[in-house]
Amino acid sequence: MTEFLKAAFKVDYPGFNLDVDLKLPASGITVVFGPSGSGKTTLLRCLAGLEKSGRMEIAGKVWQDENVFIPVNKRAIGMVFQEARLFPHLNVRENLLYGYKRTPLGLRKLHLEEVVRVLALENLLQRGIEKLSGGEKQRVALGRALLTSPQILLMDEPLAALDTQRKTEIIPFIRKIEKELSIPIIYVTHSMSEVLQLVDTMVILKNGKVVDCGPVEKVFSDIHLRDAIGDQHSGAVLDTTVLEHDTEFGITRLDFMGQELSVPIQNINPGQELRVHIHSKDVSLATQPPEGLTSVLNILKTKVKKIGKNVGYSVDIELDAGRPLLATITRKSLSNLNLQPGQSIFAFIKAIRMVHDSENI
Amino acid sequence: MELNSLDFGPVWLTLQLAGVTVVILLVIGTPMAWWLAHTQSKMRVGIEAVVALPLVLPPTVLGFYLLIMLGPNGWIGGPVQALTGAPLSFTFAGLVFASTLYSLPFVVQPLQSNFESLGNVPLETAASLGASRWDAFFSVILPLSRRGYLTATVLGFAHTLGEFGVVLMVGGNIPGKTKVISIEIYDRVEVLEYTQAHILSASLLLFSFLVLVMVYSINKKLPVHVS
Repeated sequence: MTEFLKAAFKVDYPGFNLDVDLKLPASGITVVFGPSGSGKTTLLRCLAGLEKSGRMEIAGKVWQDENVFIPVNKRAIGMVFQEARLFPHLNVRENLLYGYKRTPLGLRKLHLEEVVRVLALENLLQRGIEKLSGGEKQRVALGRALLTSPQILLMDEPLAALDTQRKTEIIPFIRKIEKELSIPIIYVTHSMSEVLQLVDTMVILKNGKVVDCGPVEKVFSDIHLRDAIGDQHSGAVLDTTVLEHDTEFGITRLDFMGQELSVPIQNINPGQELRVHIHSKDVSLATQPPEGLTSVLNILKTKVKKIGKNVGYSVDIELDAGRPLLATITRKSLSNLNLQPGQSIFAFIKAIRMVHDSENI
Repeated sequence: MELNSLDFGPVWLTLQLAGVTVVILLVIGTPMAWWLAHTQSKMRVGIEAVVALPLVLPPTVLGFYLLIMLGPNGWIGGPVQALTGAPLSFTFAGLVFASTLYSLPFVVQPLQSNFESLGNVPLETAASLGASRWDAFFSVILPLSRRGYLTATVLGFAHTLGEFGVVLMVGGNIPGKTKVISIEIYDRVEVLEYTQAHILSASLLLFSFLVLVMVYSINKKLPVHVS
């Protein structure tokens, strides 16, 4: 991981303090996740220069420390807030160009045509703000922030005010921005479904402190993070590639690190990526491949990596399937199987969820 | 009593006074209102109270202190006399000064509540898009404050138009210099010239009414910006 952004902030408010020390990668979407009051927004405001505190550097350049403080309007950041915050006295086009006009000529890397194309804003340009839907407003706000050609895009719960349908409408655009325009994004949210769909690097905040920070596949399968992630989400996030569709049985076959998984048929072209989530309770273990027939379609060859602490009658087992995978089994089964770290084991996967079906997450 | 004995000098003088006063008030009232809306200073309460004083003080009290302040021995009138050879009291400039103080809350308060209702959001948003504070003020805050400025202008103008006590104390009753419409009406009534008093009063009434109608209709057409 190339370190791109280093930040250490200390903020003290009555009843709340933020104390973080972060190193984040130069690409991809970093999701800052945590319950409300955990300091997510404050962290973002510190990065933006809206709160004076601590030190931060980006791409080797110091933006703030004891001696330096680059003010908000001089920082190459783009900000998108929960409310679109468009200027009501300007139309869509004027809103989009507000920041562009204020960006020094030499630093303008993104231009109106490109941003309008990526965000599909062609038909909105001449419209007044009050005639836009919530989702359209957020897309314009995104475009306006992008047109300042930021080195980093800061997003503060940008979808929180939208209904589920609008959310699914915006999320692909956020991924597209990261991929096509290669702008790293720091994305604050308390919604697990947004996390699963967007995250590359995850920062978990709690009571103003960083609980954990790392690549998504590691964080979700970390048995120590079960509490922070939430029981219902603890498991594994796997990035797979679509192999082919089996229309006869209504199944899409996926490649995962050389092994195969099958899911209900998806409207995605072969070769495309598909991210899936596997709940730890949907994974059972067997020391042998099944003899004869089984109704379970998805079986992965894995190794036992770590055995977690007992929680009541159950226990978490961290597996290595090329990527980490988590299984929750009973203590009785653990004893029967006599599992040891390093041992080969077959993981029977009873259910796979597509992360873009946010309703199911 | 003939109508042609009616002198419209005071009407013209009044409009001039109200116009000049409002322009000055908008210029000095904007930074004051901005400061009051955004400061966390402990002085805020004190300054707010001072700005609101003309609302509660009898105009004669304000006029009395202004008379002393602007007179030949006052701490404003004195230096002015040394500089120009005449004190400020009983001059048009003195009237402008007095009216500015007297109408201050009518301009500062609507602007302040306007800035407060806009809050920090438009400023922060503009800053995140690269706008400096001045730039953000002129490109975002000002266009979003049209209603606030309209209210401030009308209240400031109308209030100056109707002042009597302060003018009488500071300006006296000098035709062409300090004799404004409210004093002219008072004079006419004193000498029982009711027709002239009627005409002047009625025209002031009509004028005020028309201005307010105009303002409210413009106000209705301006978009409401809810942040």
